[in-house]
Amino acid sequence: MDSALVIFEGANLTRLLGGLLVSLRIAFLAVLFSLVGGVLFGILMNSKNTVVKVLCRVFLESVRIIPQLVWLFIFYFEMTKVFHIHIDAEVASIIVFSLWGTAEMGDLVRGAISSLPQHQRESGFALGLTKIQLYHYVILPQAVRRLLPPAINLVTRMIKTTSLVVLIGVIEVLKIGQQVIEISIFSAPNAAFWVYGFIFFLYFIVCWPVSLMAKWLENYWASKGV
Amino acid sequence: MVARFLFEVMDYQFIVNSIPLYVKAMELTLILSFWGILFSIVLGCICAMVDYFKIPVLKTVVKVYVEISRNTPLLIQLFFLYYGLTQFGVRLEGETCAIIGLTFLGGSYMAEALRSGLDAVHKTQVESGLSIGLTNWQLMRYIILPQACAVAVPSFAANVIFLLKETSVVSAIALADLMFVAKDLIGMYYRTSEALLMLVVAYLIILLPISILFSYLEGRLRQHGLGSGNI
Repeated sequence: MDSALVIFEGANLTRLLGGLLVSLRIAFLAVLFSLVGGVLFGILMNSKNTVVKVLCRVFLESVRIIPQLVWLFIFYFEMTKVFHIHIDAEVASIIVFSLWGTAEMGDLVRGAISSLPQHQRESGFALGLTKIQLYHYVILPQAVRRLLPPAINLVTRMIKTTSLVVLIGVIEVLKIGQQVIEISIFSAPNAAFWVYGFIFFLYFIVCWPVSLMAKWLENYWASKGV
Repeated sequence: MVARFLFEVMDYQFIVNSIPLYVKAMELTLILSFWGILFSIVLGCICAMVDYFKIPVLKTVVKVYVEISRNTPLLIQLFFLYYGLTQFGVRLEGETCAIIGLTFLGGSYMAEALRSGLDAVHKTQVESGLSIGLTNWQLMRYIILPQACAVAVPSFAANVIFLLKETSVVSAIALADLMFVAKDLIGMYYRTSEALLMLVVAYLIILLPISILFSYLEGRLRQHGLGSGNI
């Protein structure tokens, strides 16, 4: 039981929370880029042009089918070698998660847009709206409601996936947890249980409210009959 | 640049030599995924049933489990199981740990997939079944499950692929899966390009056929009007 106190010893707690902040910073930036990229990519995927469609599909499937961890390795170890540039591990992970998020978010946006009944689009055009007006006033406001719950779920998935960045050497919460355990290996031999348990709990505390929000929005809009 | 990369930088002899290593690692990845996914489905079914029949205490347990499992990353779950629990005399082997971790993670995803399928079965279906005198078991077996499964196929398929991909994390608890072999080769020979290329190819060999099979299945189901919710 004494080992549990290791978490609160010295600067350990602030260090662990600082590590969590690094994970969250990566997640936040990646989510931000994927939101913007995903909306554009989703609209692009709905294009009638076959070439554009096929290219989008290839991008989506190739990002999706290879595990994120493999993508991290490719960007961190391989891109640097091929292009002779230095990419910081944190930057590499933001790039990878943004690309992945863009693809996944794009697919959600595509689904939300194409699930709207065709007559919405036709009515809009019949009223003489331009394509941009149509998207601005008719398609996107309706699509957003179908999009938001799964999009928020994607955000929790992205936050969870940031735990992988420790494997390409980003100093984040898990790495700091390991350091704390190693430092106190003699004074607190059971520290691993408590520290990893604590990190487990931290991730839960961060992701749970986000998940709850998605569920709440879903029920809220369902009860309004949208 | 691509040509230079393909013909000058790549060492194909190295690739050929490393094939047996990757095959062996692929075996482990597949075995872990197989058991992980199998137990996930079993656990998911149990959870979905508990939720569907609203069994008093178990319902709350399932709810808590689903929230915990869905809101924590597999890597942390594995670290906790592998390094954390051993402190208290619970000795788990790497493989067991990975399978438990995958099941813990996958169970909730499978439960959610099945639950959405069960929810999609219209109430009139249940009532009609009951009114022609089917028992609860018959109702489940002949009316609800066939329709629910058809609805659940797409998310079920997505979960299978998701879990297969998640196995790449087990290298962190010293299991010699595909990721581990690639890391090893990079560390020992600095052959980054070759090792990573083989890694991607190996994952494609596993995941592409499964992905294609599932989209074919989905197409078939839709053709028969199953899973569209208007049966």
